[in-house]
Formats: sequence, C-alpha cells, structure tokens
Amino acid sequence: MIRRGVQFLDRRSGAAPFLRKTLRYVFPDHWSFLLGEVALYAFIVLVATGIYLTLFFEPSLAKTVYHGQYAPLQGREMSHAYKSAVDLSFSVKAGLLMRQTHHWAANVFVAAIVIHMLRIFFTGAFRKPRELTYLIGLLMLFTVLLEGYLGYSMVDDLLSGMGLAIGYSVALSIPFVGGNLAMLLWGAPYPGTDAFESRMYITHVFILPILIATLLVVHLVLVASRHHTQFKRKRVNPERKVLGIASFPGQAPRSLGLMFGTAAVLFLLGGLVQINPIWLWGPYHLADGTNGAQPDWYLGWLIGALRLVPSFDVVIGNYTLVPNPFWGGALFPLVVLVVLAAWPWIEKRVTGDHGYHNVLDRPRDAPGRTAFGAGFFTWVALIFLAGSADRAYVSLGWSYVTQIWIYRVLVIVAPVAIFFVTRRVCRELQAIDVVERDRHEAEEAAARA
Amino acid sequence: MRKLLVALFGFLTLRKRRERRREQPPPEQPVLPPPDRGAENAVIVLLLLAGLAGAAFVFFYATSSIPHQTQWLGLTIGIALGLVAAALIVLGRTLLNEEESEEDYPPHEHPEEQEQIEELVERTGSRFTRKGLLKAAGGAAALGVGAALVAPAASLGPVTGTNSLYDTPWRRGLRLVDVRGRPFLADDIEEGTFYTAFPEGASRDELGAPLVLVRLDPKALRLPAGRGSWAPGGILAYSKICTHAACAVALYRKPTFPAIDPRPALVCPCHYSTFDPAQGAKVLFGPAGRPLPQLPLEIDPQGNLRAAGNFSGPVGPAWWGTHLRGPGNPS
Repeated sequence: MIRRGVQFLDRRSGAAPFLRKTLRYVFPDHWSFLLGEVALYAFIVLVATGIYLTLFFEPSLAKTVYHGQYAPLQGREMSHAYKSAVDLSFSVKAGLLMRQTHHWAANVFVAAIVIHMLRIFFTGAFRKPRELTYLIGLLMLFTVLLEGYLGYSMVDDLLSGMGLAIGYSVALSIPFVGGNLAMLLWGAPYPGTDAFESRMYITHVFILPILIATLLVVHLVLVASRHHTQFKRKRVNPERKVLGIASFPGQAPRSLGLMFGTAAVLFLLGGLVQINPIWLWGPYHLADGTNGAQPDWYLGWLIGALRLVPSFDVVIGNYTLVPNPFWGGALFPLVVLVVLAAWPWIEKRVTGDHGYHNVLDRPRDAPGRTAFGAGFFTWVALIFLAGSADRAYVSLGWSYVTQIWIYRVLVIVAPVAIFFVTRRVCRELQAIDVVERDRHEAEEAAARA
Repeated sequence: MRKLLVALFGFLTLRKRRERRREQPPPEQPVLPPPDRGAENAVIVLLLLAGLAGAAFVFFYATSSIPHQTQWLGLTIGIALGLVAAALIVLGRTLLNEEESEEDYPPHEHPEEQEQIEELVERTGSRFTRKGLLKAAGGAAALGVGAALVAPAASLGPVTGTNSLYDTPWRRGLRLVDVRGRPFLADDIEEGTFYTAFPEGASRDELGAPLVLVRLDPKALRLPAGRGSWAPGGILAYSKICTHAACAVALYRKPTFPAIDPRPALVCPCHYSTFDPAQGAKVLFGPAGRPLPQLPLEIDPQGNLRAAGNFSGPVGPAWWGTHLRGPGNPS
C-alpha cells in the first residue's frame, strides 16, 4: 500500500530521492529553535480564521443604521464595515470565536517573530552563510506589522479611525512628498475616499498575505539549504556535522504537536479571553476620540516614539521641511530596520570575522554583540513603554508630563549604561567559564592520578 | 484511567530504558526505543478524548440555546486541539523518541559550477560587439516600459491635488450646530466644559468641519494680536483636529482647584498634545508643532453663534505646504 503510493508519486514526479532526504533531514534539538515554528503555526491559524472572517465581513464605508442584536448601538449610524464586524460577532455562530482567535493569533504571531529574532540576534545565527535568511525574516516582521495595522484599521470602529488618522499624519509628514503621497493613497484629504476601505481590505486579505507566504517559503528553503545552526557539541566537529533528530519519524510528531498546541492556545484565548470588543468602542467619526486608547501591542513602540518628540515642526521660511510625526512615526522605525538589517555587516567590519559559522555563540561569548543588542533593544523597549504613559496616568494617576520627561532622559542614558553593564557581565561570565574549566580539568586529572 | 497511569509510568521510566542502546543500525535507519504498550495506550486514549472534545464543539455549535456559546466553543475546540497536541507529543517522546543522528553540513560553495556559470555568461556576452550601445538601449527600454507599468498607479488619487488639503467648510455667517444639527446659542455655552460644533448645512465628515467650543473669562484671554474680536463673550472656537496627528482633541482639562491646578487646557488623547485655549491654543506640552487653528466667532441678533470667517491657519496635521497659504473653501 505504502509502496504503491510512493511508486505512483515517484514515477510521476521523480521525487523519491528528495523525499527520502527530507524525511531524514536532521533538526538540532533546542527549545529556543521552536520560536520560529510557533510563528509559522500562528500564521496558519491566521490564514484559516481569516478566510472564515472574509466570508462575513463587508469592506464598505457606505452608511447604514444599526438594528441588530446589540441594544446599546440601536439606531446608530455606522459603516457597513463596522456593522458587519459587529454582526459577525453577535449573529454569526462561532463568528466571535473566529474573530477573537484571529486577533489573538496576530498578537502571538508578532510576539513569536520578535522573540525568534532576538534569539537569532543574540546567538549570532545571522552570520555567514545565513545573512539572507535573516534579512528576509526582518522584512517579514515589518510586513507583518503593516498587515496587523491594516487588519484592525479596516473594521472602522473608533480605535481603527484614531489609528488611521495617525497613519495618515505620518504619511503626510514625509518631507517633500508627504502631501502628495497621502493624496495618492487616500484619494482625498482624510478620511479619504470610500475606495480607501477596499484598498486596505485587498491589501490585508490578499496582497500582504501572499507576500508573507512567499517570503516564508524562501526563508524556510534558505534555512534548509544551509541547514540549521547548532550549539557547540562534544561528539563531533560542530562546524562540519549537524547533530539532531531526523524529521521522520523523530521530529514530525513533536513539531505537529507544537502546531496543534499553538492552535489550542490560540482558540482557548479566542474563546475565553475577550480582545478588541469593537461594540464597546463604537463606530468611528473623525470628531470622536477617547482617552487611554491603545493600539495592538506591536505598534506600541511607534506610539511611544510619537509621544516622546517635543513640540516642533522644522519650518524654513514658509516651507515645512519636517512635520513632527515624521521623527517618531517614520524615521524611528526606519532606523531600527536599517540598523538590524545592517548588523551582520557591521559586525563583520568591527570584528574582522568574515568566516562561515554553523555553530552558535552563547551570548556571553560575543560580549560586544550582546552588549550592543541589549542596549539597542532597551532603547526600543523604553520607547515602547513610553507609549503606555497615558495608561499609567489614567489608571495609576502618575503625572503624564513627569513620566514623559523621565522617558526622554532614560531613552538616551539607559542604552549606554546597559551597553557597558552587559559587556562587563559577559566578560565576567567568560572569566568564570575559564576558572570552571580549569577546575574541572584539575579534578579529572586528580581523579585519574 | 489505569491505562493512562501505566502510560505515564512508561513515559517517566523511558529515559532509563533509552540507555540500553541497540546495535548501531545503518545511518538511514532511525534508532527507536523498544515497543511500549503503555505509551501506545496513552496515545489512543488521548486521541479518543480529542475526538470526543471535537464532537462536543459540534454539539455546542448546533445548540443555540446555550448561554456563553463562544466560551463553550473556544473551550471545546481548544481542548480538542490540545489533546491532539498531547497525543503527538507523547508519541514523539516515547514510541518515536528517535536517537540523535548526524548529517554533514552542505559544502560552503561549488567553485566548479560557479566557474561554469561565469564562463557561460561571458561566452554569451562575447556575441555582442557594441555592448555600450546595447546597454543604453536596454536601459531606455527598461525606463520607458517601467514608467508605463507604474503610471496607472497615479489613478489612485490626485497626486498633485494638494490644494484640497487647505479646504474647510467654514465661511463667514455659517451657524455653529451640534451633532444633531441644533444651532448653538451663545447663552448656552457654559464655562468649565467643552462642546463639539459643526457648520450648519455642510459636510461633517472632513477634517475642517469639527470645532471645540469653550467659554473662558474674557479677562483671562491672551489671544494673539488681531484676534481681539474673535471670542465674543469669552467664547472660543478651535479646530477639533489635532495639528500633530489628526486625532480629535477630545479631552478638556478643567482645574478642580484653580489656586494650584494648571490652567484649563484642550488635550488630544492620542499623544497628549496640550493646548491653551486662553492663548490661541498655544502648545503647552506634547508633540504638536503648532497651535490649533482658531475660528473667529460672532453672535447674531437672535443670539446664535456664527463663524466670522475662516480659520487662522490650515487645519489638521502638518505637511510640506502647511505654511504656504491660509485655509480656503473648496471651489
């Protein structure tokens, strides 16, 4: 039976040698290698739940009056987009489960990608010959941020609108071309033409998912063609031979188990933990706003950056060279992207190490990289935290102005301090390693004697 | 239940059993632990339970009279998927717990093939005598065809139509109305709160439409020069759209104890740009780069609030042309 199936396939595709090799492909075993897999499986859940949602969502800004199941919104004027999102939450069986699971999966997806990237960074997995894999991963991360933003923006609830107004302002703020770019994308001054909604929709459900899936395939093909990295091993020369569990039968049930486990957690969250209750936010109108509004977590760093910039537009004569939102909304993410993308080459320049690396560093083994990474990500994390200053003000009563001033100082001072502290800690840990190794060797020698 | 315990026991004692390695088989063959009935039973039980949980999901889906349906659906589908995950992981950790094997890393490069590719391309290239000219012609084709492919994207929006960014629906004489279209009477405007106003009979769905309306003590006003008559009776109107990032300036900071509290301020909830209504909406804190544009007001003989002109400057977030001219009306 199995023989006949394989025979059928091989005679028509010639895939048997490839298949055999794939089945015995070796996966090094380390828990931190699963982070990328979690992201992959979250993406699968996103596609599945997303397809379900498209069957009910109407991407239209045409106005209608609500007469549905949710009493507090009775008689309110709203767009078809918002109404269909509320309806699929209340009137479609399993609709709310799918919507909430989709939203949770998006949050987990980005989180898994970010933690995966941190692992890659701090273990030096991005080094030659894997720079391309790393760059494609970064590109996916930034595509996914845009994908998530469009996803919650097209629902046309109050938070959607507030987020879009900010996005429009950031587009407007780009020097020399901002006004033209915003007019091109929105078709008219904000809130733009109704076509903007269908543009967001097709980008969210078709263009970007296809792009992400394509990048994902290239990412995985590159990983497989250069093979996984691994931590130092004793048994073999780890630069030449990779040690691990073969994909079939050893690795397959574990990885599939992780897939079902990820899906299980996401559906449990989607069913039991409320997220983005759009019926509470209400429909959007540009004259409305609410206090303590927050985007999905993965845009928090941009909100923080927009908040920390002091009050100024760069104006020369009557020409506005740099409107304020440019710094936090456009330049800041661009700097983060460029620094991360250039890092493999910066590191080569600094260390003079142009060699191949299949073996991972422990963070302490590369004090310079670890110190830079710790400082850099502290910088981004502090700006992220600054984005929550309004929540701390609203719920804890901490003075907003004081908080912002503290953050303005911290984002300059803390990364530098963290850099030096981390470098010192790494060097101390290395010194301890040497002592431990010597002691171990001496003990063994003593035991033998 | 007993079977499950047996399986669990088998799972826990597995590490020891693995020590007894069998003979090294050929490299293509996996080294697997000896058969384990307990583990098999555990997998079977977990899979059966998963099937049951899946059926429970269908049951809750089909019965609509159950309250908290979403929670039950999420719980059952989550448990079903979780049990499948557990079955697979038990499988991977017991019956299919393969020994590590090794594999060579692929060679760093293929110098021979690299050379062949180089030669192939060079030989092909040597067919051409006027390379420079060909390259120029190719470049021209790429430029022209590329432009032709990209040009239709300009249909998305009026790339050069930035003049509409200055438009507002306000004109001298327009009455201020509330969200339901009722005109504001000057006498209705109280101190210590704020109102949202729109132009009567005009579109409300554009950035230039909404106003915040507040009343302050006329003696406390420190408006910029030339705006002396803009706030009859201390009533001030500003664009409600933040000059930083286009959110609605939806918060009004009212001193609860004026002796020590900061002065009244209009605040945008998005990035906390804070404006002083007494000083022409000067920026007190936050990222906004310029004040909220002010709309001059007048009170007609019936006591209605009316616009006495257009805004003091362009409405909304800044762009390269913000300071090039003042606001206008759509033509």
